[in-house]
Amino acid sequence: MSTPELVRTRAIESTLATNKLIRNTYTLLSMTLLFSALTAGVSVWLRMPPMTYLLGLGGAFLLIWLVLPRTANSASGLGVVFAITGLLGFSLGPLLSVYLSLANGPQIVGMAFAGTGVIFLGLSGYALTTRKDFSFMGGFLITGFLVVLMAALANIFLQIPALALAISAAVIFIMSGFILYDTSRMVHDRGETNYLLATISIYLSIFNIFVHLLHILGVMGGDD
Amino acid sequence: MELWMKIGSAILLVIMLIVIFPRARQMIAESPKGSAKEWLSALIPLALVAAFVVLLVMMV
Repeated sequence: MSTPELVRTRAIESTLATNKLIRNTYTLLSMTLLFSALTAGVSVWLRMPPMTYLLGLGGAFLLIWLVLPRTANSASGLGVVFAITGLLGFSLGPLLSVYLSLANGPQIVGMAFAGTGVIFLGLSGYALTTRKDFSFMGGFLITGFLVVLMAALANIFLQIPALALAISAAVIFIMSGFILYDTSRMVHDRGETNYLLATISIYLSIFNIFVHLLHILGVMGGDD
Repeated sequence: MELWMKIGSAILLVIMLIVIFPRARQMIAESPKGSAKEWLSALIPLALVAAFVVLLVMMV
């Protein structure tokens, strides 16, 4: 095979691999989102106590940090991904119960759900169709995320409502940026070749956007 | 928020900061610099997201 043919063959193989990664990621993402919604519904139905949110988040992050890296390249990784998303969905139960108890609660939850979907589909579609490289955003986004985490830590004790709203707005902005960043990494083959890890990255962005959009809509539109 | 929830949340956030910080340093060091045009192409959709959230708030 001559050099131009070899280059062309490798380019085709790379494109096929990228398309397969994108297809597998979005297929798994849709399944995990459905599973997460199911576990959230179960949690609401069981009327789980507020502690569930903290324990669910803690458990999910333990799985993400300690278990998933070790299993991402094996069949058990799929089970771990569903365990993570199931736990995170289950942890939403107490939160959803609080918002659903508001006078316009179902409307708020529905709008947060639909709004999250529109944001994700819009940003993903933009990144996939324009094929722009958003890898330059990585440093900015992670720095912003660290600042938000520190602000959230401070606000646990300061309990300033305006700061809580600002944190939620910042999280939505940063997570939207991460959707562009993660999608771009898949498209441009920038180090993300594992669809399990790619799925979890995008899932966490969607999860955070939903939770914080729910908070903003609940505060601004709730019956106080 | 009850005290134990505050303490638990604070512990979780501190652990997250500790775990994420080394990865963040690596990402900051490895991130390529974006041109003004590239930043604009990223900030426009994010500005649209912000406008969309404002629209949702007005609709509730």
